[in-house]
Order: sequence, then structure tokens, then C-alpha cells
Amino acid sequence: MNLAAAFFYLFSAIMIASAFIVIVARNPVHSVLFLILAFVNAAGLFMIAGAEFLAMILIVVYVGAVAVLFLFVVMMLDVDFAELKEGFLQYLPIGSLIGIGVLIELLLIVGAWAVAPSSPGASPTAVAADISNTAALGQILYTKYFYLFQAAGLVLLTAMIGAIVLTLRHKPDVRRQVIADQNARTPAEVTLRKVPSRAGLQG
Amino acid sequence: MTGLLADYLPLIVFIGVALFIATALLVVPFLVAFKSPDPEKLSAYECGFNAFDDARMKFDVRFYLVAILFIIFDLEVAFLFPWAITFGDLGWFGFWSMMVFLGVLTVGFVYEWRKGALEWD
Amino acid sequence: MTAWLLPLILIVVKSVALIVVLLLFVAYYLYADRKIWAAVQLRRGPNVVGPWGLWQSFADLIKFALKEPIVPDGANKLVFLLAPCVTAMLALSAWAVIPVTEGVAIANINVGILYIFAISSLSVYGIIMGGWASNSKYPFLAALRSAAQMVSYEVSIGFVIITVLLCAGSLNLADIVHAQDTRFGLLGWYWLPLFPMLVVFFVSAMAETNRPPFDLVEAESELVAGFMVEYSATPYMLFMLGEYVAIVTMCAMMAILFCGGWLSPIPFPPFTWIPGIVWFILKVTFFFFMIGMVKALVPRYRYDQLMRLGWKVFLPISLFYVVLVAGVLQATGWGAGMALRP
Repeated sequence: MNLAAAFFYLFSAIMIASAFIVIVARNPVHSVLFLILAFVNAAGLFMIAGAEFLAMILIVVYVGAVAVLFLFVVMMLDVDFAELKEGFLQYLPIGSLIGIGVLIELLLIVGAWAVAPSSPGASPTAVAADISNTAALGQILYTKYFYLFQAAGLVLLTAMIGAIVLTLRHKPDVRRQVIADQNARTPAEVTLRKVPSRAGLQG
Repeated sequence: MTGLLADYLPLIVFIGVALFIATALLVVPFLVAFKSPDPEKLSAYECGFNAFDDARMKFDVRFYLVAILFIIFDLEVAFLFPWAITFGDLGWFGFWSMMVFLGVLTVGFVYEWRKGALEWD
Repeated sequence: MTAWLLPLILIVVKSVALIVVLLLFVAYYLYADRKIWAAVQLRRGPNVVGPWGLWQSFADLIKFALKEPIVPDGANKLVFLLAPCVTAMLALSAWAVIPVTEGVAIANINVGILYIFAISSLSVYGIIMGGWASNSKYPFLAALRSAAQMVSYEVSIGFVIITVLLCAGSLNLADIVHAQDTRFGLLGWYWLPLFPMLVVFFVSAMAETNRPPFDLVEAESELVAGFMVEYSATPYMLFMLGEYVAIVTMCAMMAILFCGGWLSPIPFPPFTWIPGIVWFILKVTFFFFMIGMVKALVPRYRYDQLMRLGWKVFLPISLFYVVLVAGVLQATGWGAGMALRP
């Protein structure tokens, strides 16, 4: 148990430190790299809490996919970061308002937990010992939470359509290879021309 | 809890050892190899030209589209993992539940195919 | 104090031993790869260092260690050096969960396959970081290509893994091997019912590790050496090392998912007396040989063809196969009872 506590403090400390660097780093690429470090440590915290499936999915989805997109955006989109920094003061009031809102919510949750530790929702349900974490999720996600599961599917569908509508631009005059047509050609349709040597191609 | 930690401790140790070996290999030439840097050697490779400007430039938005589509499909796969291993005791309801989910996403897939989002030019 | 210090030292010793053995194997796989390639092209391949060139990989190691390390002026130095380190570390880390024989894995975790999936999805970072930090045009373009390529094939790999999981009912790699332990031996392994998935996995594994014919990241004629243009000495070597370790990992995955890991193909003595690790190594070597042959025989894909193959061929096929396998298992009831291994 001591070891678990030691790892908890290690992961938490690194996570908070890297989250702080994400905000203050001058180079946005460094910000994203520290964001990745924060994600990895969050996965470590999930692991200590016994949620191994969530820990791995956090790495697969957030580090392996979402952060790649972030890196694409900050590394390769030609954003003028000096210009972005100028807007800092302008957005300070609304930003701090949101920050305070989140802080109050967190305090409420922690407060509820401190006042009534046994209230439903405050304490996590213990995982049955004989069943793995992933299987426990699987047993309720698709049947008990059917509607929420389908709603997640619809959200993904919306995201897919949204991404295409927002980013898809077709270049005109692009000749594409149609592999099916190529494979469907028969020798009869192909004209073979005898090209005389040293004469070049005429017509 | 302790059992879980006992499972994962070797993993963390192994990653630590791997990191150590990689770092050790990385620093060796900095310590032992002969060094004589000069500006030509340290300039970016550009087939003999001097670089015109910064190498980091704008590029096709298609790469972002691929990354976004990947996130969506990755999430789809993430939803499939718990389903695949509890598949045996979910029964027909669990089966159709997942089929509806996959069906919804297949609609999206067909849409992107028809719109030509998967074409590369 | 000593109660946990001793197991810890044991773990460290085991980890170091596994990595050293793995690196030795990789050294000779690399040699084999060059020899196979040479043989197909009617060349001799490496044959100078030691008998038949057997020490070639070690000579290369020493050469890399003694070369001048160059960090370009315009580069982002820290990220530039972090990139090869991350690549090699991630590639090696995957081996923590791979069971090389019955009960022998550094960490026998419940979600082993998910861990490997996570690690392989992270391997794109080494390339993006290297390509961006070099601050040079060729590496930058290569990093872009590579990221899009790896990401595209990752999806099909995910679906292929799901089909295996549907049959095996566990995320633990050792359990997946045990699920293939039937009295039919070779014929009871998943390669037979899931053969199209093995093919998809095989091809996707090559795309995921940037092997020829999908080595558009390097594509010598177009991008010189891809994201590695600016690298020299051991930073360069770590990229190569990471690439080859990743390939061997993929071979091990194919052996475990489709070919019964350490199980003997013929399930009765005297074949079962041969230690499991021998079978495992033979299977990994077989898949590595296949990948080596593909490198020698198949011409490089063009980028649009590569993307088409990933998104328009493999993705629909593997998605369809997930539905098919699930439907068959559900209708026949073969899937039931396999699930819920803790």
C-alpha cells in the first residue's frame, strides 16, 4: 500500500507540474509535449485506482490520437503565436470566470465527499474481485446503458460529418487512378503500338 | 489492489530499463566520438542550397482530416474492446446493441466515402 | 526494506536479460534481413566482418557509437535528441508483456493486448518529433506522410485485434494463446478461421512500421532518408533499432494472435517436449522471413495507393469481418463460455 501511495504522489506531482508547464511554456510544441506527459501520468493514476482499461484507452485515444492532432495543428499550421499572445489580456476576464466556475464545481464535489462520504455517487462502486475491469465495463455498457451507448455512436457520427463538412476541399483537375477500371481492362481493349527506335513518339 | 500493483510494477521497471538503455546509447557518441563542428556541417540538408526560409510550413488540410477520422475510428475500436471480451454473456441484445452502433458509424463511413474524403490527390 | 528490494532487483535483472537477448536477436534478424535482400538480388550481402559477416551488426554498433553526432544549428535540440530516445524506448517497452513461453513474461497484465496497441499508437511520436525538430524540409514532409500513414493502418489493426478477441474472450496475451490450445494443434489456431485477418494484419504491420513496400517515410528517391536526414551516429541508430524492434514485435504479435504463441503445431509428443520458446522463436522468425521477402520482392506503393489500401480496402474488410465473426459466434453459441476470464 505504501508503494501505491508513493506512486500516487509521484504521478500526481508530475502531472500537476506538467499541466503547469503546458500553460506557461513559450513554445506551443513544448506545451503539447507536456500535455502528453500529463496524459500519461493521468493514465498512471487510473491504473492505481484499479481502472486498467480506462488507463490504456486514455493512452490510446488521447495520447495516440488526440494529441497527434494537436501536434499537427501547433507544429504545422502556420499560426502566428506572437499574435495569439496579444489576445491574452482580452480573454483574461472570461478565462478566469470559467476557471472560477470549474474551481467551485470541484470544491462542491470534494465538499460533498467530505461531508457525506457514504452518499451515492460520492464513493465509487467496488470492483468485484473475480472479474476483470474491462469485462465489468462490457457487461453493463452495451445493455444497461444502451441509450447512452447509442448516443455516443451518434456523437461520433456527427463528429465525422462535421470534420468532412468543415475541412474537405476538392482540388479541381485532379486525375485519379481508378484501380477497378484498370483491373477490368482486357488485352483486347489495349492498343499496343510499335514504336520505331530513335524516331521518338509521333502522335 | 496490491495484486494489480504487483502486476504493473514490473511493467514500469521494464520501461525504466528500456529508457535507461536508450539514453545510454544516445549519449555514448557525445562522450567518446571525435567532434569538429563547422557551419556547413550543422546547416540543414537542402541538396546543396541554402535554406530559403523556415522549414515548417503550411500543408494540406487533408492531413488533419485523416487525423480527425482516425480519432473517430479509434474511439469506435475502443468501444469494441469490452464488447469483444464479454461477448459470450451479453446475448442477442448486446449483439444487436453493438450492431446498431456499428451501423450508425458505417453510415458515416459511407458518407465520407461518397463525399470523396478518402480520396488522396 | 529487503522485503521489496529483492523482488525489485529480480525484476530489473529479468528486464535487462530480456532486453539483451532481444537486442541480440534483433542484431541477427537485421543481418538476416540484409542477407535475404542480397540473395534475392543475387548479391552476397554483408560477408566481411567475421565468418559469413556474422559480426556485421556489432561492427555497425561500434561504428555508430564512434561517429560524430551532429545536431543541426536550426534544430530544436532537446526535442531533436528526445525523438530517437522515445522511439527506441517505446519499441522495447512493448516486450514487457509479450509471453515468450508458458508463464514467462515480465508483466502478465490483464490488458496486455491493449498495452501493445497503446504502445504502437505512440510510436508515431518519435517520427513527428524527429521530423519537426530537425527544422529541415525533407524530414518535415516525411514526418507528415508517416503520421498520416501510421494512423491510417492503426484502425485496421484495431479491428483485426477485435476479431481475435471475439474468439479468445480475453485481453491477456497468455490467455489468447491458451484459447488456441486445442487438440487439433496447428489447425486449431486462429490463422485458419481468421486467415483474411492475418493477411490484413501482416500488411498493416508493415505499413505501421514503415517497412518496404510502405517505406514512404524514407523513400530514398524522393525524401533522401525521410525524417532521419539530419540524424547521425547513435541517434540515427536508435531510430533503426526502434524500427527493427517494432517489426519483431509485430512478428511476435502475429505468432501470438494467429499462430498459438509458444504452442507446438503438432499437439503430441515428441513435439510437445520441445520447449515452447523454441516454437515461439521459430514462428517469429518465419514471419520475419516473410516480411524480409516482401521487402525484396514488392515495389514501393505510391502515397494515394497506400491511403486507398488502408481506408478503402482494409478498413471495410476488417469491419465486415468483425461483424461476420460476431454473428457466427452468436448464432452458433461458440462464443459463449469463453468470456469472463478474470
